[in-house]
Amino acid sequence: MTTRIVEVRAGVLRRNDEVARALRREFEAAGVFVVNLVSSPGTGKTSLLQLTLSRLRESGIRTAALVGDLETDNDARRLAESGVPVKQINTHGRCHLEADMIGTHLASFDVAALDYLFIENVGNLVCPASYDLGEALRVVLLSVTEGEDKPLKYPTMVNSSDLAVITKIDLAAVCEFDRAAAHAAIHDVRPAMPILEVSARRGIGIDPWLASLAERREAWLDRLGPAAPGT
Amino acid sequence: MHEIDLAQDIVNLALEQASRLRATRVLAVNLRVGQLAGVEAGALHAAYREASARTVLAGSRLAIIDVPLVVWCAVCLAEVTPVRINRLRCPRCDTAAGEIRRGRELEIAALEVDA
Ligand SMILES: [Zn+2]
Repeated sequence: MTTRIVEVRAGVLRRNDEVARALRREFEAAGVFVVNLVSSPGTGKTSLLQLTLSRLRESGIRTAALVGDLETDNDARRLAESGVPVKQINTHGRCHLEADMIGTHLASFDVAALDYLFIENVGNLVCPASYDLGEALRVVLLSVTEGEDKPLKYPTMVNSSDLAVITKIDLAAVCEFDRAAAHAAIHDVRPAMPILEVSARRGIGIDPWLASLAERREAWLDRLGPAAPGT
Repeated sequence: MHEIDLAQDIVNLALEQASRLRATRVLAVNLRVGQLAGVEAGALHAAYREASARTVLAGSRLAIIDVPLVVWCAVCLAEVTPVRINRLRCPRCDTAAGEIRRGRELEIAALEVDA
């Protein structure tokens, strides 16, 4: 018997990444644009999503939502009021969603009949960063109440996102929120990341947010080519 | 605390490899962890001890090899390492440099085994 060092090179997240790749192919084939929303607890993720679902539904756009929750189903109930299909994923105390959880809960939707699928991740700016869910767009929400330097404390999450949305912008003055400093912090972690500012409560910035989603979905469909359905 | 899930994934992968190599004992698992992988080493070590207990991996060392963050500077035309992982700028010319070349790795590089 001898001791030896054997090279392996195996990605720790390989299993999740494989499931995510399969999901991404499924979403592309169905022409459904999947948006993964990540944030700390209390950033107003559910409020923004509720308004987003209602507004899209009013425009005749077909959406659904998957909501990751630690235990309670309050968020899913609130979202279901918007009249679109909503399914809760109870993570049983786990701090993030994984690709196979998305896969198992997809069965409750007619995916091919959707334009958008929103995934509300568990409120946590650390753990969800590592898990690809097969999404086309990852959006990180940061609220003005969290302070301007929050992005600097969560570089992995912010850097893995495609778009930053600053929420509760109506409270900016009350919180003495320094917008320029917040934008600079986001750009320190991810240079040139697009940033939007919204208030779900006051309806501020919602049109640009919806327009940005529509634009990104269009570009995504274009990239998929003429064979893509849902166009 | 996704380190608990990651530790379980590491143990499963390492057990698979150890059995493939017909190893009677695993002394160490060498893990490459990028600076921007979002992994807390202390939490991962603790979770690994827990997850590896009562397996062939029990008592083995989890050796973490840090992989520095490397970005591309379009001005210097060079791969550079930012001073901090939350300030993606070139340390030479201070230009914002967002194109990541290395630093997100999370992989088992090697096993140290008796076989
Ligand atoms: Zn430079």
